[in-house]
Amino acid sequence: MIQLDQFRRTYFEECAELLEVVYARLAELAESRADVETLHAIFRAVHSMKGGGGAFGFDRLVAFAHQLETLLDMMRNGQLTADAELVALLFRATDMLSDLVEAARLGSDAMKGLEDELAVALLAFIETHGGAKGATSASSGPPKSAAAPAEAAVLRIYRIGFTPLPELFRRANEPLLLLRELRRQGETEVVADISRLPDLEALVAEDAYLSWEIRLRTTAPKSTIEEIFEFVADDCALAIEAEGAVDPAISPRRLDDATQPAATKPAAAAFLAGPGDAPPGVQSIRVDVDKVDRVVNLAGELVINQAMLMQLGSELPPELCPALVNGLQGLAQHLRELQESVMAIRAQPIKSVFSRMPRLVREVASQLGKDIKLVITGETTEIDKTVIEQLADPLTHLLRNALDHGIEMPDDRAQAGKPRQGTIHLGAEQRSGRILIEIADDGRGIDREKVLAKARPARPGGAGRQPVRRGDRQPDLPAELLDRRERVEHFGARRRHGCRQAQHAGAGRTHHRRLADGLGHPPDLVAAPDARDPRRHGRGRRRRDLHHPADQHHGEPAAQARRYPSVVGRCDVMVIRGAYVPLVYLHRHFDIAGAVDDPCQGIVVIVESETEGRIGLVVDELLGQQQVVVKSLEVNYQPVVGVSGATILGSGRVALILDVTALRGTEGSAARSVTASPSENAASRPH
Amino acid sequence: MPKRVLAVDDSKTMLDMVSFTLRQAGFDVVEATDGENALRVLAGVKVDLIITDLNMPKMDGVTLIRRLREDPQYRTLPILMLTTESDADKKAEGRSAGATGWLVKPFDPGEAGRRRQSGVRLSGAGR
Repeated sequence: MIQLDQFRRTYFEECAELLEVVYARLAELAESRADVETLHAIFRAVHSMKGGGGAFGFDRLVAFAHQLETLLDMMRNGQLTADAELVALLFRATDMLSDLVEAARLGSDAMKGLEDELAVALLAFIETHGGAKGATSASSGPPKSAAAPAEAAVLRIYRIGFTPLPELFRRANEPLLLLRELRRQGETEVVADISRLPDLEALVAEDAYLSWEIRLRTTAPKSTIEEIFEFVADDCALAIEAEGAVDPAISPRRLDDATQPAATKPAAAAFLAGPGDAPPGVQSIRVDVDKVDRVVNLAGELVINQAMLMQLGSELPPELCPALVNGLQGLAQHLRELQESVMAIRAQPIKSVFSRMPRLVREVASQLGKDIKLVITGETTEIDKTVIEQLADPLTHLLRNALDHGIEMPDDRAQAGKPRQGTIHLGAEQRSGRILIEIADDGRGIDREKVLAKARPARPGGAGRQPVRRGDRQPDLPAELLDRRERVEHFGARRRHGCRQAQHAGAGRTHHRRLADGLGHPPDLVAAPDARDPRRHGRGRRRRDLHHPADQHHGEPAAQARRYPSVVGRCDVMVIRGAYVPLVYLHRHFDIAGAVDDPCQGIVVIVESETEGRIGLVVDELLGQQQVVVKSLEVNYQPVVGVSGATILGSGRVALILDVTALRGTEGSAARSVTASPSENAASRPH
Repeated sequence: MPKRVLAVDDSKTMLDMVSFTLRQAGFDVVEATDGENALRVLAGVKVDLIITDLNMPKMDGVTLIRRLREDPQYRTLPILMLTTESDADKKAEGRSAGATGWLVKPFDPGEAGRRRQSGVRLSGAGR
């Protein structure tokens, strides 16, 4: 059933959000930042998970959530205080609830029974601290199935006297509906007493004059009948008497009309608005990602079509049809806004992935016997949803490394003069169109030699322990390890006053690992070219500079496109504000003949790279800026070194999007070695 | 013209299921995500029935019912609470606030999909 599947999807999406809420609120409790609303919010979240779980028959989840809910209810009522022990228990219980949600989602019984131990712990806490009151609190007892069997299948006859009071009508109750509900329970004989009904002129519309005597033959127990009148019990005179049991074969319980749709009492007032009125005040709607993707793709195609129209328009004499030119310009602007709006729909706060990390830190720290605090910042930073999903694994890996290898044991920290509790910082921020995700810890830092030793495979004769110089490539190292080693090198160079100093001093203050380039890279140290710009992932738009070595078209990120005249002769670097900037000659990379080879004669486009710093691209000419839709070359063709994607120009030609960082990487070790500061290298490499 | 029901629940799952069930049963449904939101919705549309959850942020169901009953135009409007059978205290609280009846959680969405076999289980007078 499609609708049922949709409800389930919604439920699990909602559970993920609710668990985020619970974890965030528990963190408030743990850090004594809680207010009155904190416990209510946690309770509501657990209650909602339980309520929805019951609808789908997730009994384990419901039963466990119920225990947790009872505990939370006691806390709300002031029967329990949120001390460290209780908060730790709540964290564990929430972890278990999260597992049960996942088990329900997968339809798995793999972890069956795992929750029992914790449920016992919850119950023990309830009984120890709350006593009998807690165990039998108002909300105790998981919700019963709506299809619970009748208490007894014996046919009985009840005589019911029902006299409504005026209050019953004032609460919008309707005796007729109650009588209908009685009829659903079996056969009824109803006698109305109208003896108190006055003459019309004396009748008060809001008063009550009627009463009924009902004889009901049913298999339903008395409690079912009482339940029907539960909401009007205080607003009527009611007497229910059993006449006795009869043979159940005489008359089966009537169920034929028990499935009628709910009827309601008509509103007293006439409608002011028509049936088509949209409800005001709804703040958000939930839409399938597939639907959003379709809109994103269509917007992308529109941009390509618009570029083609612009190209055609530019070939016409402007005086021929000025309105067309204006219209095309307006179209371009509106399309840009449309695409930005569409892409914004896909953006989500990164907290959906960050929120999973506290549990990891808690569990691993507990296993390792370490005391570690996780500080999260920038969790509202928005990133494309698909990128968020791909961040989970690299982030987990990085955090595990920080937990395992970064933070020391409490005693070691104390001996080193540090607080016994280690701190890991997980942060996200937007920086000039990129998203920077940073994990830092106050542990011992990276032991460079140890990493290098591990990166190099053991060779016969112990050759594998030879020192490795920066920039040297080791052809016998697996590519992944080589990359890892280089990134450690690079990382060390970038964090001269942090990591490197720390590792040499052995004191360990901080080390930073950056997720900024390439989800396809080894997650250990670096990830995601796409992560730095959510719009770039797969189908995003990005403004690109188009420049023109010979007759080739390339685009690259437009962040730092400027012309610098201060090039020192024909050289591989140029000096900008006292720092060397390596040059990359595009025509050499792409074997383009007849291009300008002298930077002083061409244009050097300075590109800021997150990992490589500034890079100067030597090009013949700057053609302009253009909004394009980036298509994945990998998906549509094959990976090409130095090219991160492609786009279709208005002319219909394919333009390549350069991967400047990768281009820089193919320049060779000579150029690579000049990325350090000029003060170190000026004498040795006077290009 | 179909009767119009305002369904109020902060749980998207429950709201979807309640709305779907009611629409299948021929009702016109408007939705709100909490008590405050419900009051805003009611400022724009007239409804024949309100079905509200109890545990909600910003304004809970009991407060919503109380506020509505203070307004003469909603004094006789049927208001059903959506709650679990075990919430006895809540049910009593809602009743004293002026609720007409209650809907029992959980819904069975499988049943909800089969119109003739479905229908929400209503207790009290609001069926």
